[in-house]
Amino acid sequence: MSTVDIDIPPQAGAPRGSMKAETRGRRLRLGDPIFRGLATASGLFLAVAMVGLGVVLVIDSWPAITGLGTKMLTTVAWSPSTGEYGALAALVGTFLSTLVAMVIAVPLALVIALLLVELVHPKVSRVVGTVIEMLASIPSIVFGMVGIFTIVPFMQDHLVPWVLSTPLGKVPGIAPGPNYAGGGVSIFTAGVVLAFMVLPFITAVSRDVMKMVPQVTKEAGYGLGSTTWEVMRKISLRYANSGIVGAIFIGFGRALGETMAVAFLIGSVFTSLPHSVFDPGTSIASLIALNFSEATDKLQISALIELGLILFILTILFQVAAQAWLRRVQRVTGGRA
Amino acid sequence: MVDTKVDEPTQIQDGEATVVPPRLAVAENRRGSGEDFAALADEITVRDLDFFYGKAQALFGNTIDFKKNRVTAVIGPSGCGKSTHLRALNRIFNLYRDQRASGEILFEGSNILSKDTDLLELRRRIGMIFQKPSPFPMSVFDNVAYGLRQHYRLNRSELAMRVEHALKRSAIWDEVKHKLNEPGNALSGGQQQRLCIARAIAAEPDVLLMDEPCSAIDPVATAKIEELILELKDKYTIVLVTHNMQQAARVSDYTAFFFQGRIVEFGSTTDIFSCPTEKQTEEYITGRFG
Repeated sequence: MSTVDIDIPPQAGAPRGSMKAETRGRRLRLGDPIFRGLATASGLFLAVAMVGLGVVLVIDSWPAITGLGTKMLTTVAWSPSTGEYGALAALVGTFLSTLVAMVIAVPLALVIALLLVELVHPKVSRVVGTVIEMLASIPSIVFGMVGIFTIVPFMQDHLVPWVLSTPLGKVPGIAPGPNYAGGGVSIFTAGVVLAFMVLPFITAVSRDVMKMVPQVTKEAGYGLGSTTWEVMRKISLRYANSGIVGAIFIGFGRALGETMAVAFLIGSVFTSLPHSVFDPGTSIASLIALNFSEATDKLQISALIELGLILFILTILFQVAAQAWLRRVQRVTGGRA
Repeated sequence: MVDTKVDEPTQIQDGEATVVPPRLAVAENRRGSGEDFAALADEITVRDLDFFYGKAQALFGNTIDFKKNRVTAVIGPSGCGKSTHLRALNRIFNLYRDQRASGEILFEGSNILSKDTDLLELRRRIGMIFQKPSPFPMSVFDNVAYGLRQHYRLNRSELAMRVEHALKRSAIWDEVKHKLNEPGNALSGGQQQRLCIARAIAAEPDVLLMDEPCSAIDPVATAKIEELILELKDKYTIVLVTHNMQQAARVSDYTAFFFQGRIVEFGSTTDIFSCPTEKQTEEYITGRFG
């Protein structure tokens, strides 16, 4: 709105001929195509590796796919002597341990993310955020060992006996089955350790989506006399909820494929179905890890590879779904906010 | 809407012979001009308000009375502290650690800057409308019901009745009555802003603080909101921060001119726009700076 009384010459701004910088006269016509070729090749390499992995898995598991058919997914048996292979126990164990992990990790991750975004001092938030991200980079075998030496005894001596002594201990799915081994080495223990392993991923992604809640929307909530808790619960979480679903998908995908920590803790019972989360069981990944080195029977090797194929497909599906979902969320909240 | 008449351009003596944009005439029928200011009931009384962002002082000794059922416009160039002043009145600044205010803001006889102020109740009674429409991520109905649910225990029919009433008062009922279950952010910008006004008045406040409520919406929607402000002042005391002087002239009874954190001049809108006593005010409202 100000009136500035400076005379601006009409030609100002347009460079004169004498001021023109001389060009370097480069004639590098080859550089661009070479670079483009390299970049394309690298990109293609990834795609080829991905597709190649899938193709190899399908080829190598073909004897099992044709020889065992749906029995692979519907029966419980793992016997090289009779040539019977059914991975139902592993499928059930995988989903149960993942479920336990998600039930523990999701609420915890959400609370931590809310704390980091809304409550603690920004400096604290940065430090804690970094620590949580570091947690994600610890090798899973370390989690497995810590699990064996600390969590297994704790489960066996304290938590599981206590839970079983309450009325909850009679509920199907919790009441111990025939394979019950004290509860220390169990699907539940594997799930607890898995929870710690997926926690950083879910926390980091939900923190990022909660940060996308516009400040003015939160202020509007406070402006209506809301407490911090009400703003978080009724506004921030609602605003971020579809992003949080994406975060949960990512965590779920990771928990499905986790191998070593689970192999240590889940108990490797793959010949019968678990009756309870406190029973030992097995998961797809640990079944492969523990049997592959000893497998000599061709059908068994093929069956294990088929399990790998199943895991490959499951985790890809979860990742793709999570990424697509998150992209959609960013578009919606970014476009409308 | 109030008519705006335009006087002939005038010359200013001390400047160079520049053409000064036409002065805004104010509507004849407004309050503010000719009434006894001191005799009006006080809604909010601000005394010696200082405000700090960390170590930087943004407001200096602001003293001003906001009268009941009047629209007071707060004008001034960008960064003059008008929004800061507004954000002190419902203590929304308390959300940020490094912001603090000192002085007195009297509302119903007690200083709201004191430690034992019930902030939740204060913010219910002093509602706020923001620059950018800020519907919550929920349905139109739930947006308006938000404050009601928070502060009152109401059964379903009473809630629905009050939501409808608030939407009608905000002149948006006819546009949304068939979309009550659609998300609030599916409305147009102007509708969203009226929805936010409905949301604020549903909580039964006494005061509405409006922080440049029309700066993000189109002229037609702006006209509707200005009309609404004129209707709402029968029931509420309104403090309107605006960078649009025509808007201040059109809808306010009193006007305060802020410059560099100080209240340079305060008076009836008629006086401020027709015969300002301070040179800075005159220069600002005639568009010479800002």
